[in-house]
Amino acid sequence: MANRIPRVPVREQDPKVRATNFDEVCYGYNKEEALLEASRCLNCKNPRCMTACPVGLQIPRFIAELAQGNISGAAAVIAEDSSLPAVCGRVCPQETQCEGSCVLGVKGEPVAIGKLERFVADYSREQGAQAAKVAPANGKKVAVIGSGPAGLACASDLAKWGYDVTIFEALHKAGGVLEYGIPEFRLPKDKVLKHEIEAVRALGVKIETNVIAGRTVTIDSLMDQEGFKAVFIGTGAGLPKFMGIPGENYNGVFSANEFLTRNNLMKAWREDYLTPIHAGKKVCVVGGGNVAMDAARTALRLGAEVHIVYRRTEAELPARKEEVHHAIEEGIIFDMLTNPVEVIGDEKGWVKALKCIKMELGEPDESGRRSPVPVEGSEFEIPTETVIMALGTSPNPLISKTTQGLETNRRGCLVATEEGATTRPGVFAGGDAVTGAATVILAMGAGRTAAKAIDAYLK
Amino acid sequence: MYQILSKEMLTPTICRMEVEAPRLAAAAKPGQFLIVRADEKGERIPLTISDFDAKRGTVTIVTQKIGASSSDIIAYEPGEAFADVVGPLGLPSEFVTMAPEKLAQQRYILIAGGVGTAPVYPQAKWLKEHGVPVDVIIGAKTKDLLIYVEEMSGACDNLFICTDDGSEGFHGMGTNMLEHVVSEGHKYTQAVIIGPMIMMKFTTLTCKKLGIPAIVSLNSLMVDGTGMCGACRVSVGGKTRFACVEGPEFDGYEVDFDEAMRRQGQYKAEEAEANEKHVCKIGRGK
Repeated sequence: MANRIPRVPVREQDPKVRATNFDEVCYGYNKEEALLEASRCLNCKNPRCMTACPVGLQIPRFIAELAQGNISGAAAVIAEDSSLPAVCGRVCPQETQCEGSCVLGVKGEPVAIGKLERFVADYSREQGAQAAKVAPANGKKVAVIGSGPAGLACASDLAKWGYDVTIFEALHKAGGVLEYGIPEFRLPKDKVLKHEIEAVRALGVKIETNVIAGRTVTIDSLMDQEGFKAVFIGTGAGLPKFMGIPGENYNGVFSANEFLTRNNLMKAWREDYLTPIHAGKKVCVVGGGNVAMDAARTALRLGAEVHIVYRRTEAELPARKEEVHHAIEEGIIFDMLTNPVEVIGDEKGWVKALKCIKMELGEPDESGRRSPVPVEGSEFEIPTETVIMALGTSPNPLISKTTQGLETNRRGCLVATEEGATTRPGVFAGGDAVTGAATVILAMGAGRTAAKAIDAYLK
Repeated sequence: MYQILSKEMLTPTICRMEVEAPRLAAAAKPGQFLIVRADEKGERIPLTISDFDAKRGTVTIVTQKIGASSSDIIAYEPGEAFADVVGPLGLPSEFVTMAPEKLAQQRYILIAGGVGTAPVYPQAKWLKEHGVPVDVIIGAKTKDLLIYVEEMSGACDNLFICTDDGSEGFHGMGTNMLEHVVSEGHKYTQAVIIGPMIMMKFTTLTCKKLGIPAIVSLNSLMVDGTGMCGACRVSVGGKTRFACVEGPEFDGYEVDFDEAMRRQGQYKAEEAEANEKHVCKIGRGK
């Protein structure tokens, strides 16, 4: 019977209204809606959703607790495997992971696992949840570099097992990409993120901000002088890519990283902060991933007309469907099969237009994706004030360049085993620093895997 | 953390502060810089390091009042603390890692303009301490704007002072002073130029004319200072480089100064607006 109930729709802020503010787009379920949606879960004996989750969240178990109205029980089940449920419930690509594997999705709509996870996390936070259990201190010091998803996940597990963990963060605020990259309207900072980070601190994890590994300290100084027995590197992929086309250094061309960091970490959207940001009347965002969507929707909220310029078609957009859908609803204009070839500047050196060439899809490449090829003679100009490059990011070489014996591959990613061991004994790594830019949840999964490896190494 | 231990106005608009930052002080080298965020709502402001003391756990910063954020920094008093001080950022000066036999062959001329005199000081001090011949030129618009004269005279072999209006020392700009010094027979293998972008541009041209290799220290716009934002990108030898992690020092002959100057003014309109709205915090009685 349970599966006859259709998936409970989630309430969202009206697109016209939200296009002018930074409040969260999705309101999430209330208790009644969450319990109804939870009742749809078949509690499969062989839960494919769980296998598809990079941190192995015990999905049917937490949903079963929730369906019975035991929300704190559901929260406790989640806490066994995830330290950031309110974040993951919001930003995970559930459609390709847990929900993508849900049996109900074969004929109908999968259980809204993400929205349920978010509900449990939000509800417990509002009720004032207790901290998770921590084993007695074992006195062994572990350093975690970076306070993004990988670092937080690794630190949480180690702290729960009794390790003395210190996270070193280069920026002035903890959270990594969750703080500087993902916008307020997808992940509220003070309401949600701050609390999740406080929960990690409550496990006994120390967070030292303003410490840049490779500059302020080195891996060697931490291990040789400060007594850390092992180090986990979860520094992500923070270096922006540019296209290498003429005119890219004109004023008004920004990396998505700069644009988003100014707005998210430095709160340029708020009148009471000093941070300047430049969007202007019209913005072209180059790229089709989640970061491109975030930059576009941010520029829109700052008052600009926004175009997404992408060289393939909508079907190939790497961004989550939900984000693309939200962007379209809000009025972002998608210029598909379009590739920039030059930034045109005015006499003062400011962007005036983006010169593009039309593309068409050619033969499929090795990955099966049809690769775009330029249509000869189809160049045209899009007049614009601002160009934001959202072409992906790569790992920062600050640590690899300052640490002996730490190997990187040709893409600048740290070389590590499945378990997270790098080429240097005692040094582990995971997340985007190893894989290149990926997702929050994969980074968390890698952080947890490395925590196990560190535990084994130090035992 | 980041408590201000002392404060001194070197000129009516240039302020020197000694700030507690033990980790930073222990790691800093000449040529590097730091970032200060005065309070929760302030910007991250890149500043040069004009001295560091690992034993005391302090760094010395010199700030010139330009916009809203630098005014906020200057408004702090001893006993108060900045929200954030992070660094050291950027690469140390080339001579710090130079092979001793190569360093022994060098004769340096450090050319400082205005507030850029402050970061020249630790460089001169380092070279002097390592027995490398080093002369310094300090240039300013007028006598009252000269800073670090006394400190510098103890940190180099010959100190040359010049002012645009002739109110102190040689009458002329740093470029004229340099030509004069060289015409008097001083020989140099390397110049290091730190000051306003326009000063670095023209001094580099003079160095080129005189056949002296020139290193400049670029104070580009930046947010994080770790290579993340790319706001500091600058064309050097036709290639885009990030001043925060690959600099701040570059071969002056190769730097596209006109582009660098233009990019520095990228947020001028937004900043002018902010300055208008900004309520200065001096005397806020915290």
